[in-house]
Amino acid sequence: MSAESSPQPEIPPEVAPSPKQGLSLGKIVVWGGLLALLAIVGLMLNRTQKGGVAIGDRVPPDLTLTAFDGTTYRVGDLKGKVVLFNFWASWCTTCKDEAVALEQAWQQLQPRGDVIFLGLDYVDTEPDAKAYLQRYHITYPNGPDKATHWAQTFRITGVPETYIIDKNGRLAYKKIGPFRNLNEIMSAVMAVLEK
Amino acid sequence: MLAHIGYGALLLSFLFSLYAIGAAFYGAQRGRPDWLESARRAVLVVWPLLTLSAVSIVALLLTNQFQIEYVASVTSREMPVYLKITALWGGQAGSLIFWSWLMATFTFVLMLRSWKRDREFLPWVIIVTMVTLAFFLGLSLFVENPFARLWATLDGHTVKAMFRPAGAMPFTPQDGNGLNPLLRHPGMILHPPFLYAGFVAFVIPYAFAMASLITGRTDARWIRITRRWSLAAWLFLSLGLILGMRWSYDVLGWGGYWGWDPVEVAALLPWLSGTAFLHSVMIQEKEELLKHWNMVLIILTYALVIFGTFLTRSGVLSSVHAFAQSAIGPLFFAFIGITFTASLYLLMRRWNDLKSDLRIESLLSREALFTFNNMVFMGIVVVAFWGVIFPILSELVTGQKVTVGPPFYRKATGPLFALLLLLMGIAPLSAWGYASAKRLKKLIWLPVVLAFLTTGGLLAIGIRSVWALVGFWLVAFTAFVTLSEFVRGVRARMRRGEALPVAFLRLISRNRRRYGGYIVHLGVIVMATGIIGTQFFATQTQATVPQGGKITLGHYTMTYDGLQEFFAPDGRHVARAIVSVYKDGKKVGVVHPRRDFYLDSQQPMTIPGVRSTWLDDFYVILVDWQPISVEGATFKVFHQPLVNWIWTGALIFILGTLVAAWPEADPETAKRRRPRHAARREARASAS
Amino acid sequence: MKRTFWLALGLLVVLAAVASAFPAQAAQPTPTATPVITDNQVNAVAHTLYCPVCENTPLDVCGTQACAQWRELIRQQLQQGWTVEQIQQYFVENYGARVLAAPPRKGFWWLAYIVPPLAILAGLYILYRAMKQWYHPRKATAGESPAKTPETPPAAASAEDDAYLRRVEEELRKRG
Repeated sequence: MSAESSPQPEIPPEVAPSPKQGLSLGKIVVWGGLLALLAIVGLMLNRTQKGGVAIGDRVPPDLTLTAFDGTTYRVGDLKGKVVLFNFWASWCTTCKDEAVALEQAWQQLQPRGDVIFLGLDYVDTEPDAKAYLQRYHITYPNGPDKATHWAQTFRITGVPETYIIDKNGRLAYKKIGPFRNLNEIMSAVMAVLEK
Repeated sequence: MLAHIGYGALLLSFLFSLYAIGAAFYGAQRGRPDWLESARRAVLVVWPLLTLSAVSIVALLLTNQFQIEYVASVTSREMPVYLKITALWGGQAGSLIFWSWLMATFTFVLMLRSWKRDREFLPWVIIVTMVTLAFFLGLSLFVENPFARLWATLDGHTVKAMFRPAGAMPFTPQDGNGLNPLLRHPGMILHPPFLYAGFVAFVIPYAFAMASLITGRTDARWIRITRRWSLAAWLFLSLGLILGMRWSYDVLGWGGYWGWDPVEVAALLPWLSGTAFLHSVMIQEKEELLKHWNMVLIILTYALVIFGTFLTRSGVLSSVHAFAQSAIGPLFFAFIGITFTASLYLLMRRWNDLKSDLRIESLLSREALFTFNNMVFMGIVVVAFWGVIFPILSELVTGQKVTVGPPFYRKATGPLFALLLLLMGIAPLSAWGYASAKRLKKLIWLPVVLAFLTTGGLLAIGIRSVWALVGFWLVAFTAFVTLSEFVRGVRARMRRGEALPVAFLRLISRNRRRYGGYIVHLGVIVMATGIIGTQFFATQTQATVPQGGKITLGHYTMTYDGLQEFFAPDGRHVARAIVSVYKDGKKVGVVHPRRDFYLDSQQPMTIPGVRSTWLDDFYVILVDWQPISVEGATFKVFHQPLVNWIWTGALIFILGTLVAAWPEADPETAKRRRPRHAARREARASAS
Repeated sequence: MKRTFWLALGLLVVLAAVASAFPAQAAQPTPTATPVITDNQVNAVAHTLYCPVCENTPLDVCGTQACAQWRELIRQQLQQGWTVEQIQQYFVENYGARVLAAPPRKGFWWLAYIVPPLAILAGLYILYRAMKQWYHPRKATAGESPAKTPETPPAAASAEDDAYLRRVEEELRKRG
């Protein structure tokens, strides 16, 4: 479109709006609705971005794991120890890559007495889970994450994921995906122990 | 090099769009037409720049530039050329650019029209469209950059960035990951473009609506200008949804086409409000009524488009559809907050100016029925929106996730859709203004009777499901009403002496909007029939059989005749079964369900073997989580009655929309031409 | 006329709300005395559940190994004579409420089922208020024949069709 040779047409001025009415029920409902929607979405987005529990936050002490052998472990009662818990499943292909290393790390750390490993079996079936534990000779406590309570608390995005709680009950470390080797596990735990 | 050109063009587009916003605003505030013209030109410049950027991405995809992170994530060496091109919208970063490109194309076309009579709209239309565009361009530039390269850092990690991070070396993978096998289907190729085109095109009427609210020109002018845009947007969105359905049906292997997945619902919501909008603006064009409704509906449509895009891409929802989570969530949230608040504020400011003296003289009049129509659509929107947002709410309040699935939606929206069908049948028979019940009864009795006869016939052939019969009655009723409209019109023309085919064609071409609309309704009716058939009467079975084995489902039997296994040239291992299909003992076809295993992404995909007729589909799929061999293969077999009516209905849809949108002489230019002619005649008369 | 209309509408809404409050009948697999459970029986139960891992994917179509394991679990449970409800209950206890196709009807989740009928009622109320403002029924004194439409009194069906056509074209002319 070439420039117009005639003078530019004028822009008609804005029509003034008619005088407003005061606050009415309808207005309150509509603005309230918008606010509520933004609040819900904002909070949810915040949750998604943050992950369930941020590093440094207190881990909910009521989280309980009932192991396959019947023993119960409650996060609140484990204060004073460093707790490493690992989400895994028998159907998870990459969990196998770290299973051996995790057991080795446990063997080395268990005698200290101030470290405990917990295995959380994520949406799995008991016979397959037990077969997995047998195959990799895992001796630290393992149990099903009933109703995916732990998984939803930490908002895991898949398996395997590993978290370490420090002696004061706060989340100190988070690993998404399998550990590459024994060293990685040991250095992660030692870093939390030394804090 | 190419990536830098592409990024540079992207950056320039962004800057020009920002300039256009500023120049248009300044021009409007100070009454400076030259600044406004400058803004308009800036908008015109954005399109070629953005096209250059998009073409660069496609070139990078085609030439296997795997050092670009996006290219590596969505293509691989052995993908065919056409898939490499369509990989442009195969991932988050590329699809955002595609979205922006569509937006730029539509605004480019918009800027080319004559703005002489609508000068006061221009600045605000530019501002609204460019703000939307700038937002999406900003996302691409700063968060999801398709031109980012891969670098290998000193400690062994691979990062992606546009410019070199300290100490890192450029890294080029040998091959890319390849497109997810599920996306390598013709339906998947067309579904995103059509869907995005529909979403983006609705921004145009929204921009005009905002302009109307800001300038105070609240008459029907903005509707008249954007009528074809709204129609096109609606058509694209409808087709996008239908293509998605077709793709699901063909590829996902569960014999269905709609799962009420949250992302599906999020795409349906703007379609619902958009359809209500299309109907509602018809009234304002005719009688300046329902102005409030029309503003609300178009604002809602725009809001649902942005909200749906946000839900799909922010990671708040997870589903088979959703893109991976990224940082664009919070940015989208800010954009939503600003635009929703601004739209609502502008609407409230002008609420009283939108008043019209609506007098509904009869509850059966067109105005009343259109109001009911709007309310029913809104009802479905509210209910479906609640279904989408509830899982999010549940997670916030109870900490636990829940699924809101088909049982909820079927019960909540089914009756409302049925009500819409009923309205679709009654509305054509009602008249503007006063419509007496007596007159309506006169016109309605025949379709009602015919519908009952049809339902009786269905009962006779053994159909017993109550809801299905109700559905079929509604479908038949609406079909007969719509057809009767054609019959009456053609008969009236024929009485004037026209032959049948001429009468028919002239009837449609003289009243394109009305009869185009009726054709679209017929398309909807045909689709509804298909939906009722599949929802109520589909059956399935699953069994493992060795070669030579048989599986029976209803009237049909299939035999597993043999298996072929081979490697395809584009990197797939294919297991192709040969299955013969028998109906009532007679052989009716051979189908070839197969399992493709993609070596590059290590993912399987199953393609069904389908025998299709207008009456039903016999659909056989290989179950790929069980072994497939001549000793035994597991088949899932579906019988889908009337499913092809859904796709046929879609074609009728398109035809109807084209008829309705076909250009007629703009009524306002025609009116103005008459006075000019009269003036010329007068001049000639006075001269002679 | 007006009162009957609102009465009928209100009745319809109440009926719909009542009908929707009743839980849907879950698909019952054919009860079998023999321990051989067919794929179809497993699928029928799996169809009412969602994959605990891959979101929004029904359990009978999910292709992952995990889903195959769960279907095997369902098969074993059916062999042991569990009912569909018991299997669903087991899945909810172990994997969370999201394995069900719709939220359980307890606690906070009741809202999922209450809000839609409430929204419909709210819509009807808005409609009622709007109609009160706009509805000015034409008195039927001028006979039942529609006075606004410009055609001659109806006689034969052909005249009415002509009139109809004329009205259509009149409308179009008015619209331009």
